[in-house]
Amino acid sequence: MSSLSERILAGAEGSYVDREVDRAYVHDGTGVLTLEVWKAMGSPPLRYPERVSIFFDHIAPANNSTTSTLQRELRIFATERGLNFSDVGGGISHQLMAERGVLPGEIVVGADSHTCTLGAFGAFATGMGASDMAAIWAEGATWFRVPETIQIFFEGALSDHAEAKDAALCYLSRLGMDGAIYRALEFRGEAVPDLGMDDRLTICNLAVETGAKAGMFYADGITARYLKERGLEAELQEPEPCRCAGSVDIDLSAISPLVAVPPRVDRVRRVEELQGIPIDQVFVGTCTNGRFSDMERLARGLKGRKVMVRTIVVPASRAVLLASVKAGIVEELLRAGCTIAPPGCGPCLGAHMGVLGEGEVCLSTANRNFTNRMGIGGEVYLASVSTAAASAVKGEIAPPEVLDEA
Amino acid sequence: MRLEGTAICLGEDVDTDLIIAGRYLRTKDRGLWASRAFEDLDPALAKRLKGAIIVAGKNFGCGSSREQAAIALKEAGVVAVIAPSFGRIFFRNAINIGLPLLECECGCTEGAHVRIDLGEGRVSIEGNMYRSRPLSPRMLEILLAGGLVELWRCRR
Repeated sequence: MSSLSERILAGAEGSYVDREVDRAYVHDGTGVLTLEVWKAMGSPPLRYPERVSIFFDHIAPANNSTTSTLQRELRIFATERGLNFSDVGGGISHQLMAERGVLPGEIVVGADSHTCTLGAFGAFATGMGASDMAAIWAEGATWFRVPETIQIFFEGALSDHAEAKDAALCYLSRLGMDGAIYRALEFRGEAVPDLGMDDRLTICNLAVETGAKAGMFYADGITARYLKERGLEAELQEPEPCRCAGSVDIDLSAISPLVAVPPRVDRVRRVEELQGIPIDQVFVGTCTNGRFSDMERLARGLKGRKVMVRTIVVPASRAVLLASVKAGIVEELLRAGCTIAPPGCGPCLGAHMGVLGEGEVCLSTANRNFTNRMGIGGEVYLASVSTAAASAVKGEIAPPEVLDEA
Repeated sequence: MRLEGTAICLGEDVDTDLIIAGRYLRTKDRGLWASRAFEDLDPALAKRLKGAIIVAGKNFGCGSSREQAAIALKEAGVVAVIAPSFGRIFFRNAINIGLPLLECECGCTEGAHVRIDLGEGRVSIEGNMYRSRPLSPRMLEILLAGGLVELWRCRR
């Protein structure tokens, strides 16, 4: 009886294995250094160029000419070698990988910690740094320590105002910031068939915030349907009982909207406990919550209302933006007073398009609220899209229930 | 490999944003990363890193995959980092650039003289001896070569 990590990596937990990588990607943030390391290695031939992707998402479009110059070199490298390349405005790496489709059982390595997002497909997806990625470019393979597994069992159904993000913040608070260090999370339980791909992507996205190497759902009918729409055939994965290093039971029906209080992602409170805290900015987007279903939810919350604070909305990809235009969502958001920024990571990492000033407070749908993350002296509260909508309308932290009022 | 240095004590869950802030990533200037290391934790710290062995609390280097965090410390002259546990991407990154890390539960006295025997997995702080978890043979090989690039060059 094996865990999904053991099956995919074909080794017993705790053992070290060398494995070929099915998909490898970098972004403009990590790609520049990867290219430097690769050159220091003597610019070896790429073992599987067709498996390598480069996405511009972190500071795209560039904020200054230094960034532009660094990006230029990476862009030339990508285009001259005919690699999968997504330039400015294409969107966030993890989202574009998800839109293209990842197959269950694949090994995916990204030079970004939130690569774990793609565990939603039943793939083993994990983040590494520039040196490891340069070696993967050259060798097509890398070493892994097969992780022990912590099982998260979801039961019950999410209530009206709670979202997958709240479920994610819930397991994060239960495990803490190092609760799954070096380990993998497996999301199981009878509630899983009720969680769509967008929900699963959000839930897997937060896995790294517990220290986990990967966070995974078993591929089921929902995964297969999503991939079929993209012309891909998926093999389903049947969960087996397995040895596990720990387990957490979560009753989704008992979850109310939650907020992570700066500067820790595991300092989680019910939104009601924080209601009334003044905010300067709301940010909706990122690899956590910038998908089409998030845009729909935001537009539903803001329809016919006005935001009271600057509200920056960054669709996770061009496809999300395009679908939002077609569905009239962009118009709703603009009428409500939101600012729409081009697809990408937006201000999540404090580089551009919504950096906070000293003493400013942002309510964000992202995944990190570390000290100074979004700007020196700024504070970041993390929450769901519905909580973001409610807070934008009130100009202070507010629960989604306030949107029920006429 | 034997190492020694002066202890700098840090707390738990020091994330990579604290080690090197996102605003300093858009450059290839390693010296800049070194001079800005830990700026958001303690701006005076960067100047004290030369010859230092950082003894931190659990989960050191959690957060982003930025290899610049490990490079900043090495470039600033940090000899090694000791902590009960590390963010796993930071762990790989540090070994890959030749910065020794030891997983070890040990007390820390600021300014104490720290001795490390990497091969034996031993840490000595002011006469107190601690055992560290052994590195995997692969990681030790990378570290002893001076990093992943150096190992790659040796093999060719």
